[in-house]
Amino acid sequence: MNYSVPFFTILYKEVCRFTRIWPQTLLPPAITTALYFLIFGKLIGGRIGSVQGVGYMDYIVPGVILMSVISHAYANVVSSFYSTKFQHHIEELLVSPVPNWVILTGYVSGGIARGVMVGLVVAGISMLFTQVGVLHWGITLAMLLLTATLFALAGFINAVFADSFDDISIIPNFVLTPLSYLGGVFYSLAMLPPVWQIIAQGNPIIYMINAFRFGLIGVTDVDIVLAFEMTVGFIVFLTLLSLWLLHKGVGIKN
Amino acid sequence: MKALSIHNLKKTYNNGFQALKGVDLEVEDGDFFALLGPNGAGKSTLIGIVSSLVNKTEGRVSVFGHDLVKDNEKAKSCIGLVPQEVNFNQFETVKNVVLIQAGYYGISRKQALAQTEQSLKQMDLWDKRDLVSRRLSGGMKRRLMIARAMVHKPRLLILDEPTAGVDIEIRRAMWQLMQEVNRQGTTIILTTHYLEEAESLCRNIAIINNGQIVEKSAMNSLLQRIHTDHFVLNIAQNLRAAPVIDGYEIELADSQVLNVAVPKSQGLNRLFQQLSGLGIDVLSLKNKSNRLEQLFIDLVQ
Repeated sequence: MNYSVPFFTILYKEVCRFTRIWPQTLLPPAITTALYFLIFGKLIGGRIGSVQGVGYMDYIVPGVILMSVISHAYANVVSSFYSTKFQHHIEELLVSPVPNWVILTGYVSGGIARGVMVGLVVAGISMLFTQVGVLHWGITLAMLLLTATLFALAGFINAVFADSFDDISIIPNFVLTPLSYLGGVFYSLAMLPPVWQIIAQGNPIIYMINAFRFGLIGVTDVDIVLAFEMTVGFIVFLTLLSLWLLHKGVGIKN
Repeated sequence: MKALSIHNLKKTYNNGFQALKGVDLEVEDGDFFALLGPNGAGKSTLIGIVSSLVNKTEGRVSVFGHDLVKDNEKAKSCIGLVPQEVNFNQFETVKNVVLIQAGYYGISRKQALAQTEQSLKQMDLWDKRDLVSRRLSGGMKRRLMIARAMVHKPRLLILDEPTAGVDIEIRRAMWQLMQEVNRQGTTIILTTHYLEEAESLCRNIAIINNGQIVEKSAMNSLLQRIHTDHFVLNIAQNLRAAPVIDGYEIELADSQVLNVAVPKSQGLNRLFQQLSGLGIDVLSLKNKSNRLEQLFIDLVQ
């Protein structure tokens, strides 16, 4: 079988889904971002001055973009895949000869597509407030795609285990959002007390945001190579876990 | 070649319930096959395993010679499933429901568009193609699921109670359609609670009860085993007690209604003669239940 056909069928379906409901998927991050820049950038940021030699408004742009990418890549897969379970049309996929890796790649690509699209929207909004360029295109694009991939995979696993709509909101609200806000979006690790600097290094999102920040404006609190190694490592682990769950039929087969 | 071959199929759910206890079943290529059983007998589990919706515990399933585990993609490509419950994305349009399913089977978009049109026209749903599927009536939703199951032209079509809740006019139309599909070479496995449906459509039958096949034979030979027919007689006179006639079991259902069990060896002529001799005039008669229903009850009790 030509696997590109089912892959693009899933991807097309996913992209149609989130673009069809754009007031729920693409509009909110634009408004939230504008508020971030207005409050943290213009009103408070002006009093903070510069961080690591960069204006505060410019400093927060990479983190705000990547935070949106993380939450939307995750949200797309978790809500879409859980809905297919809830409405039972996951059965359409299970009865058809689509291999598990195509199902996973299709849904994760849908999450990446929404993450990247939201990232572009947020970047566009940020251009209204500041003039951040791209210093290292390769690092920027690679970290953008890797982060979207990682959190799309995490969303997929959440959906596999979810038994109710509550289950798909617990992780984003109580794990993802705190880790993102504490992931150095609005501050440098150097601004934290020493003990919190050490604790913060256990937060994987710190590494992704700093690597992405390095790609855009050239400043970072962490080792870029370590950031990439960690992100790729998590992706490999979550991919293998997702494929195993699909193979076993956990959460989707009786 | 067998369309479906099942050997020693067992399924035990996580809660310890053994739904299938070693099922062996074969369905010939081109057959119209009925799989019957009471609720909870194991029909849905069996169909779920064959269509890859349920993991088996033990046993072997092959579809047109393709093992469901070792040759999974080829086996799945041969099957089309019409499930009991509505399971399509109710936010998609009618056309997209079928088109997306074609994509899952690897059919290129151009070809998928043509086959989607053909399937929807066959089910008389083409004029509804742009309607959001949740707006369809119950009968139309069932027809949409058949169109979706047919879009990749499966060699084996599994219909799990396809006419449940469908009005009689649509049901008759669906029977004609299923017979036409079968005539064109598609093997059909049908589960239904309407035993009249199974009796009039299917050539072979298996009855499952408590996770085991309790009967498997040709429909005709099964029906020939029925030794007694049950009739309801409407009579002209008001009776207080059922008449007693040697060779027949007669109950008084109402003062003017008799339930009579008629052994094939006795026939109806002698019954009418005896009733007439007792001064009882029969105004009309009808079958109390269809023949298969009676046999089904005997087998699963």
